[in-house]
Amino acid sequence: MIGLSDYLLLSAILFAISVAGIIINRKNVITLLMCIELMLLAVNTNFIAFSHFLQDSAGQVFVFFILTVAAAEAAIGLAIIVVLFRNRATIDVDEINQLKG
Amino acid sequence: MTFQVIVFYSFAAWVIFSALMVVTSKNSVKAALFLVLTFASASAIWLLLEAEFLALSLIVVYVGAVMVLLLFVVMMMDIDYAALRQGFVNKLPLAIITSLAFFALLYYFITHGEFGAVNYAQPEPKGADYSNIKELGRVLYTDYVIAFEAAAVILLVAIIAAIALTFRGRKHRKAQVISKQLQANKRNRLKIVSMKPSKSEEFVEDNDEQQDGLNDNKGEER
Repeated sequence: MIGLSDYLLLSAILFAISVAGIIINRKNVITLLMCIELMLLAVNTNFIAFSHFLQDSAGQVFVFFILTVAAAEAAIGLAIIVVLFRNRATIDVDEINQLKG
Repeated sequence: MTFQVIVFYSFAAWVIFSALMVVTSKNSVKAALFLVLTFASASAIWLLLEAEFLALSLIVVYVGAVMVLLLFVVMMMDIDYAALRQGFVNKLPLAIITSLAFFALLYYFITHGEFGAVNYAQPEPKGADYSNIKELGRVLYTDYVIAFEAAAVILLVAIIAAIALTFRGRKHRKAQVISKQLQANKRNRLKIVSMKPSKSEEFVEDNDEQQDGLNDNKGEER
């Protein structure tokens, strides 16, 4: 049978892939958003695996809230990208330096 | 090999493959479509973990709403992907080293930690009369009701923020404000000024009567 550690390893692999994706796609804001969604998926898989093996539904409630917040984050992030593209005609992270921070 | 093992490993392979394709594909549209595939395979794995409601809502919320929104945004923009891909090869070694180091750390803790079959035995499968949605709803509306309300507020804020950020219409246009119209009353609009008579007596008397009549009329109308 499949144990808890198999699920944890799967989400660890997913998380490592998305960390690599954030490093190699540092210029493209949209791909960065997608990598963050992948990270959240890995975390949610962890939560659900623990919830299953501990027989406690609190983990699933947490996943529910993470899904809510992630949907809100994606909506606002995409709105910001749309406004950014309208004003600057680019989504390159290196060119977003108007504030000289 | 039981059925569940086959399902787990095949869908885990799909998750990893499509996640790799999301990270490495040149075109953002392709990456978004592979992200859809990742979510779909992950929801199959969530089904194995007896989280039916969340597995289905992952498909409905993510594949049905968030990814469609993302695809709309990606297709709306005219992006030069070649320019965004510059330095891809240069960053690749750093990315591989970082993620491998990170994964090695996680692997060590997962395999050498307390997560084996000794501490976390396979739970008994739930019966046919078990309802995941009922259980989740019971917990959600009793123990976590404040967090649930906060989540609703977060969604409302997201709606308003997304509209306010991308709103393009004129912000100070001359439109009807119905609440102001309804609040208007006679006292604010009409001012009756009593003036000193300046003409001949007869005319003034006449005028006063007329004025009174006018005022009475207005009072009745309002």
